Amino acid sequence: MTAGANSVSVAMVGSGGAGVLTTGEMLLEAACAAGWNGLLTRSVGPQIRGGEAASLLRLARSPVECMADQFDLLVGIDWVNAGRFGDEIPLGESSVLVCDPAAGAPPPMAANAKRVIELPIAEITKAHPAWRANMLALGAAGHLLGLDESALHGVIAKRFAAKGSEVVAANVAAAAAGARAVDTERGRVALAPVAQAAAKRWLITGNEAVALGALLGGVRFAAAYPITPASDILEWLAPNLTKVGGTLVQAEDELASVNMIIGASYGGVPSLTATSGPGLSLMIESLGLATAAEVPIVIVDVMRGGPSTGIPTKSEQSDLNIAIYGMHGDAPHLVIAPQSVGDCWLSAQWATGLAEALQAPAIVLSDQFLGQAQTAITRPVERPPTGKRRVADGANLPYARYAAGGDGVSPMAIPGTARCAYTADGLTHTERGTPTSGAHDHVAQLDKRRDKLDGHEYGPLWATIEGDSETAVLAWGSLTGVVREGIAQARADGVSAKLIAPRLLLPTRPAEMSAALAGVKRVLVVEQTHGMQFLKYLRAHYDLPAEVSVLHRPGPLPIRPHEVRQRLIEGGSR
Amino acid sequence: MNAAEPLKCRPSDYKSEVKPIWCPGCGDYHVLMALTRAMAALGLPPERIAVVSGIGCSSRIPAYTNCYGFHGVHGRSLAVATGLKIARPDITVICASGDGDGYSIGGNHFLHACRRNVDLAYIVMDNHIYGMTKGQPSPTTEPDFDTALAPGGTGLRPFNPLVVALASGANFVARAYSGNPNETAELIVDAIKHPGFSFVEILSPCVTYRPDQRSWKDRVHPAPVTPTDDPARAARRLMTDDGFNLGVLYRGHRAPYTPPTAAAMVAPESLEEEFEV
Repeated sequence: MTAGANSVSVAMVGSGGAGVLTTGEMLLEAACAAGWNGLLTRSVGPQIRGGEAASLLRLARSPVECMADQFDLLVGIDWVNAGRFGDEIPLGESSVLVCDPAAGAPPPMAANAKRVIELPIAEITKAHPAWRANMLALGAAGHLLGLDESALHGVIAKRFAAKGSEVVAANVAAAAAGARAVDTERGRVALAPVAQAAAKRWLITGNEAVALGALLGGVRFAAAYPITPASDILEWLAPNLTKVGGTLVQAEDELASVNMIIGASYGGVPSLTATSGPGLSLMIESLGLATAAEVPIVIVDVMRGGPSTGIPTKSEQSDLNIAIYGMHGDAPHLVIAPQSVGDCWLSAQWATGLAEALQAPAIVLSDQFLGQAQTAITRPVERPPTGKRRVADGANLPYARYAAGGDGVSPMAIPGTARCAYTADGLTHTERGTPTSGAHDHVAQLDKRRDKLDGHEYGPLWATIEGDSETAVLAWGSLTGVVREGIAQARADGVSAKLIAPRLLLPTRPAEMSAALAGVKRVLVVEQTHGMQFLKYLRAHYDLPAEVSVLHRPGPLPIRPHEVRQRLIEGGSR
Repeated sequence: MNAAEPLKCRPSDYKSEVKPIWCPGCGDYHVLMALTRAMAALGLPPERIAVVSGIGCSSRIPAYTNCYGFHGVHGRSLAVATGLKIARPDITVICASGDGDGYSIGGNHFLHACRRNVDLAYIVMDNHIYGMTKGQPSPTTEPDFDTALAPGGTGLRPFNPLVVALASGANFVARAYSGNPNETAELIVDAIKHPGFSFVEILSPCVTYRPDQRSWKDRVHPAPVTPTDDPARAARRLMTDDGFNLGVLYRGHRAPYTPPTAAAMVAPESLEEEFEV
């Protein structure tokens, strides 16, 4: 049974100070404590603090990786500017609207929801000034979902423990009052209960998962320049790197942050920085340096809407081109894209190991959706292969840092190692590292850097391949979960499709892709860009079957599973 | 610098076999001589030293030493040196630059390196010109100096690197002249030994595009005052001097940058616990 058949989606909206974001977190935490899984994203207005906000939750019996086609429940604490979220909160006739009749007319998007439950927030809080509106809404939502009241009260007690028992008691009472005030007969959205999960579970965001994965992969130095939506990674690393003996330093700009990690890694310490599109653009020249000087580094790019400043708080997949093609010259490097929040952990750890083992820069191409979505998931059990840097010890003299031949990976001397001192250089160089403009050395070093990446055995992690059909859907990154669910929906209609989602975007894997596409007669490409970047990338690097169509849309509106289903049914593969 | 048993060394122990690309008569030959003399005086094993640079004539210097070297992209040498020193505090890190690399494209890093005060020595070979790209005006070029890119001169007031360094928090500010390699070597030794960010501006003539700079040998003179640790006094001296005062012009007492450390180490795997439900 798919998650979609067993999930409930809840949207909560309210103006600044209404506590919508906190309420969303608490509802996810309580649902998680009751054994459910879930996914929480937030949408906020442009104000730095106090603007209108929406918590968008999907709670489910099994782990979910994308938002659903529509929301089953919309809770309006108030409707100030709520109309701005109209496109992001699709509602249907079966959707339930919970609102305060005193709050005025609901926004236009609520018109679709035919079932309305009144929650007299203003009336109740007037009678009980210590009760917060969002706690009433939390209690009401929890009750409608069939959430165990003790789980909710437990989360309230934990959240407000520092504020004292009176505050906890008032908030518990408010939640209980919210639960009593809603009439479940008017609209049921209850989620089927699950037995308490036996496996270890995590409540984590993609940005936290990336940071944890990189740290487990060996990263011990990070340089940071703040940028939305990547700062969370750096803020998590700042205290935690210190705890494991590493260091984070704040740089003056992204030009500095990337060069600081190049310096640290040249010194032998696995290093990382995290950024978003504008920062990646600034770092590109030095990514070429890391490629040419063969210094391993990891750059996490949490993609947001572009170009230029774009939409800093909303997701898009439009940094694919710059990640693949951004550098001048022929500059082979690694690009790895996580496919879910849990996969952020695995991809970051894998990317760190690959960068170290292959002495090349690795871009981890995450996005705002993955980075800032919080999920309750089963703790991932799969550990990626670890990678270690090959270092010189002074045994083979004279030392040639950039010796070609073999698998192309030449031992790297770490400063402090006697008899191996060399100069790392972004200039075309000889095997010893001496600058040259000769054709022979130029070609030899280009070959070396290409061959070490192309010749590496990446194993099954290169892509997620599921199902078998003459129709394949090709997607990447956060769209993988959407496509997986869309394929599951189409299957219920008797239409089959195979999912092919490359995790390793660079170097490309033509032989593996050909094997994955064997017997496939038509392909649907799904991506969140305006310019069809992924389609063009696929066409440039892989042999696709003759029949190719594309479902694409830029951010900020997500592509939803039913759109994939619809395209598969239209394509007709039975 | 880092304490170690001094070795009995000669300057030639720190010179590589790579032949410099510099023009005959370039001031940078003397800077290389001064740098290797400084290294010999410090007695550090070459593999305990890293020389980091950017792009330009002066930035070719790492490969001419027998130390670990890093020749990166234009303007970012201080960032590379900062990352290296913070990650590897046991290595003595010397950052080398020129007036274009260090004061123009790398200007922001200069400000923040002074402010951050990581234990580095920063030597800038200043010839008031872009030599490698054949004679364009740099931030320190005189306003009326005629070039193809700025016919008749830029009309811009030159950048004052020593004042900027002082204002930005550099812990050690000195000026040297490449034509006095012994004195320059002494200033480099002093800069390396001094804790924190130590800045040495080295007047290093470009005989090809600035033949007028041959007159520098007659214009330079030792600073007529003793070094001060008072930034206000140093600022007044630096803003009123003739640009040819040589010696240590400011010596501060600011503690170098040290990254935070944890009271107790934990295993990386234990960090997973915060996410467990």
